Amino acid sequence: MAVDLCGLELAHPVINGSGTFDVIAARRVFGPSMDENLPFSAFVSKTITLEPRLGNPPPRLFETAAGMINSIGLPNRGLAGYLEHDLPQLATLPVPLITNVMGSNADEVGQLLEALDGREEVAALELNVSCPNVKTGLDIGSDPAELTKLLAAVRGKTSKPLIVKLTPNTANVALVAAAAEASGADAVSLINTLRAFAADPARPGKAWLGGGTGGQSGPAIRAVALAQTCAVAAAIELPIVAMGGIASAANARQFLDAGALVIAVGTESFRDPAAAGAIRDELLELS
Amino acid sequence: MSGAVDRVQAPFGTREVVVSGTEDAGPYRVFSCLDAAGPEPTSGQFYMLASSERWGGGSEERPYLPRAISVLAAGDRQLSFVLEVVGPGTERLAELEEGDALRLLGPLGNGFTAPPPGVRAILCGGGIGVAPLALLQQELVAQGYEVTALLGFRDREHAAGAEFLEAAQVATDDGSVGHAGLVTELLLAELDRDASAVIYSCGPPQMLEAVRAISVDRGVPAQLALEAPMACGYGACYGCVVKCADGSLRRSCVDGPVVEAGELAADWLAVAS
Repeated sequence: MAVDLCGLELAHPVINGSGTFDVIAARRVFGPSMDENLPFSAFVSKTITLEPRLGNPPPRLFETAAGMINSIGLPNRGLAGYLEHDLPQLATLPVPLITNVMGSNADEVGQLLEALDGREEVAALELNVSCPNVKTGLDIGSDPAELTKLLAAVRGKTSKPLIVKLTPNTANVALVAAAAEASGADAVSLINTLRAFAADPARPGKAWLGGGTGGQSGPAIRAVALAQTCAVAAAIELPIVAMGGIASAANARQFLDAGALVIAVGTESFRDPAAAGAIRDELLELS
Repeated sequence: MSGAVDRVQAPFGTREVVVSGTEDAGPYRVFSCLDAAGPEPTSGQFYMLASSERWGGGSEERPYLPRAISVLAAGDRQLSFVLEVVGPGTERLAELEEGDALRLLGPLGNGFTAPPPGVRAILCGGGIGVAPLALLQQELVAQGYEVTALLGFRDREHAAGAEFLEAAQVATDDGSVGHAGLVTELLLAELDRDASAVIYSCGPPQMLEAVRAISVDRGVPAQLALEAPMACGYGACYGCVVKCADGSLRRSCVDGPVVEAGELAADWLAVAS
């Protein structure tokens, strides 16, 4: 079941969703068995921003029916910290590294892509466009015109494969995907979390999460993710990395059948770090 | 960094075990299982637990995520856990009977560190937080340490939790058993008697904060076992952060759950709630 994801040769079609698996922490917890059992054919880093981010104040999690809402706030060491501390440890993984980046404007994104373009440890870049435009307040990735402008400004900053991580919080994800394709993206990934509100049981009308709203993930969003995957597959020719509540090989199969080349496991890894391995094994048996 | 092993490491992935016994102690539910495939944990470490059957479909169609539960006792491949029903996850776990299957991941987190040789350990626990102190007491007594156990509970019913430790002094909020008042009042009295000690604490956040303040105020080292809601237990979700003295937000699953009192920010409790 080897696949070619815009030039990356992957042994099988199962990777991780950005921000749902921390191999550096997992090595402390599981020791060498982490690398020996890493269930992903490529590793996607958590989102890296130009400057360090502390992330949102707790509480950061809220359990829902068949899923959870998170408001983590993209904590990371910033580009310089990533290059110095994280990258050397990620570079020793036995699979290709995809670095996920986010910036609040074209200048920031351009700097990130440019800095990572020269790093041979990085096989591909994933661009998180679920970031509000400071001027309009809209997520850059929710508006095809905004995304077109951004990609026009930054695409030339890297020769590495560029995967655009689409947001589901938009009126028409297929139009955004088409904008990404027309603007030089090499692949798209979807879906990111769905914007969600967790009501504080003790304070009517108030948010439970320290960051205000959050993002829903888990099996609760799978059918939405599948619908968006179908819509995007019908609209573009680019390879698709699909995710959203995948918890079994049967779920994964549905996304592949809908037109995805690769699937990502996210929240299910929280419940079991080896979950993606079981999905991979069963997919291989099915095929 | 990555080369140093600072804890008992867990096998990668969850494994299924079978419940070998259950017991009620007042409002607390104890259950044990045979964990043939896992290493022996140290006190303060925890496991992520979920029933193999019917995990989900309870109140509000939950639970979905596994629950982080401290080890109460370990040895001979047996693990024991104690819990109090506070929501859909603990409710389901409390239903488990002998022969039922349980999925677990662990041992996770860093555990307690023994005092310097010859220094007394004062264990200060509250409510369900007595669990990791029970295993710690066993470990320290076996190593020849002098151990003083101080435990606080709401009332007589909950004070049944004192039986998890040996020779504990008890305080209750309503005065129905032992000292009428806070367990931290017992702690202050012990420190007045002999302040050459290391404090080990686990319990409700307000109690941990009182212990932290006493530790800083009296200059007596304290190791606090934190409890925070977490999705994964192994550093992936970044949900369980606590504010530290250097301003950082650190994950209590991998940088804890046991932390030195001085590592926490003075306002950690306000940030956590």
